[in-house]
Amino acid sequence: MRADEAVAASAASAHVTIRGLTKRFTDAVVYDRFDLDIPRGKLMSIFGPNGCGKSTLINMITGLIPTDAGEIFQNYREALFPWLRAIDNIQYPLKLMKLPKAERRARTERMVARLGVKVDLNRYPYELSGGQQQLVSIMRALVVEPQILFLDEPFSALDYEMTLFMRDQLQRIFVETGTTTVLVSHDLEEAVYLADRILLLSRRPACIADYVHYDAARPRTDATLSQHDFVQIKAHCLEVFQREVRKG
Amino acid sequence: MKSTHFDPYLPIIGVVGLIVIWYLAVWYQVVDPVLLPSPVDTFRALWSGMSGGRLGFDFMRTLERTILATLIAAAIAIPLGILLGASEKVYRSVEFVVDFFRSTPASAMFPLFLVLFGVGDKTKVSVAAFGAALVILFNVAYGVMHARKTRLLAAKVMGASRIRVLTDVMLLESLPQTFVGLRNGVSLALVIVVVAEMFIGSTDGLGQRVFEAQQLFAMPDMYAAIFAAGGLGYGLNLMFLLVERQFVHWSGK
Repeated sequence: MRADEAVAASAASAHVTIRGLTKRFTDAVVYDRFDLDIPRGKLMSIFGPNGCGKSTLINMITGLIPTDAGEIFQNYREALFPWLRAIDNIQYPLKLMKLPKAERRARTERMVARLGVKVDLNRYPYELSGGQQQLVSIMRALVVEPQILFLDEPFSALDYEMTLFMRDQLQRIFVETGTTTVLVSHDLEEAVYLADRILLLSRRPACIADYVHYDAARPRTDATLSQHDFVQIKAHCLEVFQREVRKG
Repeated sequence: MKSTHFDPYLPIIGVVGLIVIWYLAVWYQVVDPVLLPSPVDTFRALWSGMSGGRLGFDFMRTLERTILATLIAAAIAIPLGILLGASEKVYRSVEFVVDFFRSTPASAMFPLFLVLFGVGDKTKVSVAAFGAALVILFNVAYGVMHARKTRLLAAKVMGASRIRVLTDVMLLESLPQTFVGLRNGVSLALVIVVVAEMFIGSTDGLGQRVFEAQQLFAMPDMYAAIFAAGGLGYGLNLMFLLVERQFVHWSGK
């Protein structure tokens, strides 16, 4: 697998270029010569059948480029360090970068102010709600100003009310920072609502079933959900998804 | 609700109930009075023994031995447990040996340790340390091995080196389980020390006190020594729990 920042003119808009990715687990081929370009400054959703290797893909990419990428995990309960206060969790990656204490604090404060987060960061993770914990882990990923942000079903452990709230938080963060973002989602509505590009994967070995553009203006709101192009694109994605599922 | 007002006092009911039953048993002579002295006699013996008497001295000797054994066990088992737990392959290769000796009654090791260390404090402390160390070792290794994969991965993705992952994540992840090991270890050490004090030519300690009082048929003294041993065990456990709550505030959350 090769993932480097594309410089070639043909891939000028790509942030990460993957060519010939192959991955086998003992019992199955997950990827067989898989190609993918992750577009720069866009939010790309990945949607596909269960077990097709979405999380595996993200883990492989982040494993290759750790310091330039931030990753958000499905389970907020297991992602943060419970022995550190929220603020120290956020600063931990800066500590790993050996930044002096004053700068760590300055950078964190700047980011918190910019994102307008209203969470008491002096609390321990277990004292925060699920949504707040997930927000803290997103901030922990963003504080290093990563080139790419990977989100692996970040809202799957949250209740519906919190999911809706967090969706809009994430959108705000994306609009605010313009960080290239890859979002794995199991919720088609969410995948389309947040995305500029929707990558639809097939069953194993995973290949690209379709690559859909969705260019509605941001910020998108509840009204977006009933707009014609949103409904149409969602219906199209569902159709492709169903076709892929039936193939198995 | 009204009842919540009394909730903190609920444990007292069991204690009072036990003493009442005890009194009734003595009153109606359900048991031979020689074998079962009254609560008053027993607590008088406990009080006079603990306040400047022989029992207080024996209590301190047993406490010393138990603490020393636990400290030795922890000093050996915690670093070793981390080492074993950090690599699943290493742990799997010694798992059977650890499990085997953990399941071996430590009292069966007395004769061996007697040969090694002679009749004295060394033997008592080292058998107790041996038993406690295996319990602690098992728990620490288990705690390190079962560190949440997500947190390890998160630290790695953030660019933490192997050493940083070990010190910043694995060690702290294993702390709750380490304390489980320490609490079980200190309880086991106390059991072994008391048994050793009874049978390995001892001149002091709670085990020796219980045994001697029984030989002399000084029943209030024997019961007092038993209660002292119970208090010691309970106190040690409580102490570790309090320390744990202080240092591992996230445990179980």
